[in-house]
Amino acid sequence: MNWDLLFQLLINGVIVGLLYGVVAMCFVLIYKSTQVVNFAQGEFLLLGAWVCLYFLVEYELPFWIGFLLTMGFMAVFGIVVQMLILRPLIGEPIISIIMVTIGFSSFMQSLMSWIFGNSAVSYPKIFEVEVVNIGGLNVETAYLMSIAMSVAIMIIFFLFFRYSRFGLAMRATAYNQQIAQSLGISIKHVFMMAWAISAVVSAVAGIIIGMVSAVSTALSFIGIKVFPAVIVGGMDSIVGGVVGGVIIGVLENLAEFVDGQYLHIGNMYQIAPFYILIVILMIKPYGLFGTPDIERV
Amino acid sequence: MDKNTNVLLQAQDISLRFGGVHALSNVSYDIKKGEIFSIIGPNGAGKTSMLNCISGRYTPTSGEILLNGKSLKGYSVNDRAGLGIGRTFQNLALFGHMSVLDNIMVGRHHQLKNNFMNGMFYWVGGAQKEEIIERRKVEDIIDFLEIQHVRNKPAGELSYGLRKRVELARAVAQSPQIILLDEPMAGMNLEEKEDMARYIIDLNQELGMTIVMIEHDMGVVIDISDRVMVLDFGRQIALGLPEEVMQNEHVKKAYLGEEDDYIRELEEDDAEVMS
Repeated sequence: MNWDLLFQLLINGVIVGLLYGVVAMCFVLIYKSTQVVNFAQGEFLLLGAWVCLYFLVEYELPFWIGFLLTMGFMAVFGIVVQMLILRPLIGEPIISIIMVTIGFSSFMQSLMSWIFGNSAVSYPKIFEVEVVNIGGLNVETAYLMSIAMSVAIMIIFFLFFRYSRFGLAMRATAYNQQIAQSLGISIKHVFMMAWAISAVVSAVAGIIIGMVSAVSTALSFIGIKVFPAVIVGGMDSIVGGVVGGVIIGVLENLAEFVDGQYLHIGNMYQIAPFYILIVILMIKPYGLFGTPDIERV
Repeated sequence: MDKNTNVLLQAQDISLRFGGVHALSNVSYDIKKGEIFSIIGPNGAGKTSMLNCISGRYTPTSGEILLNGKSLKGYSVNDRAGLGIGRTFQNLALFGHMSVLDNIMVGRHHQLKNNFMNGMFYWVGGAQKEEIIERRKVEDIIDFLEIQHVRNKPAGELSYGLRKRVELARAVAQSPQIILLDEPMAGMNLEEKEDMARYIIDLNQELGMTIVMIEHDMGVVIDISDRVMVLDFGRQIALGLPEEVMQNEHVKKAYLGEEDDYIRELEEDDAEVMS
């Protein structure tokens, strides 16, 4: 048994899992407040990573300025997508909306290949020190930042939903749009805000992943990986999204370990989450934290 | 002229049609500031449709509703809530998973000023200070309706009577000029009804709220209403003091389900106008 490797992979799992959790939260946010299953979540993430990279490389802006500009861009982008593409679909069957988000995801995918190219590009060096020594372990600064950002985003989400009036308005809208509206909440604003927040936070995850590895079309695959996370946690639970993300992150690394050491099938890393998805759907179709639909007759 | 300044809400010739169904036909009335105005009528008479026209859920096919002399045309449901129209629903409409306190805080949504950014920076942006002030107001409402003991419980776990009271508290939290109550006492026992009637009177007299109420319990309606309007098949068949309305022949017939020549005449008049 190679304990060092196992430990390393588990740490990786938690780091990547937290990022999945962040993207899963974005996904759940949109699903909960607007009832849209957003298949283009991965492309949002990729777009954020590309745009930030573009600011840094083309205009040679300092990282934090490029980062903030990207956030602004993504907020506007999220609102525009909601207004132009999803608002006209309000009241249409869920399957039509799903088809539209799938279509939109391939559209974005192609557009980004066209604009930014198909090859992987690395972020310029952002941290002065690339490796920090913590208690004898060498840890990459980017990984530390990844954990710090993920946790910070989760805390902000919590505070936002618990304490701000818009958070409360979003929770109310998620529960019942008609009542929320008659209490003076503008549903339009809530929808736009959900998409803006979701796009911005996905982009943060995209930038982090881009910094850790490199930016390429493959990043949008995270959007698909997030499905198992969301299904494990429950489609309508934000906490569930985070827990699901960490579970998937750890499990895929465990699968990698078992495969690399004993089975030698190859590519378990990519496939394992989807086995989990199938098992979860069989035994707990509403996920660990999801609310079952109860029909009272 | 003096009389008009007292009018809070005016409905002028409100008609509402769903395809061939005439849910409301040329209903007009004024609601004065500070009165309890009840709308009664048999099932399907158009009472809830009338409230929905006021709150903006439905748009009348013709006619206009004015609040303080200003037309409400073009205002959405949430805009109208901001203008001071609060309501409760016929079927309970609380946010079941949220605490009683949060439910009532949602009612204060349009009064709150803190925005997205200082919501994120809760402690530094003044959002906390605002919440403390707001919380005090909400606590006053909670005291007023005597729901202190359940303030932190999820609303979905409460008894029916209590939930109705929380819903009323949420509507009061909107600080509305006019509050629309859709069957506030439906499904309650006698004791709960008496409590609710007392709260409504207190709201009216102590907080000076104008109340529009749909209610089936005639005893309560006669006891607490200042004026009563009777609808039947979408038409206004009586409007006046409770005792007068109860003596009205058409009202008696409507409630007994008898054929009423008066209604038929109205319908014939309509047909002539149409042709």
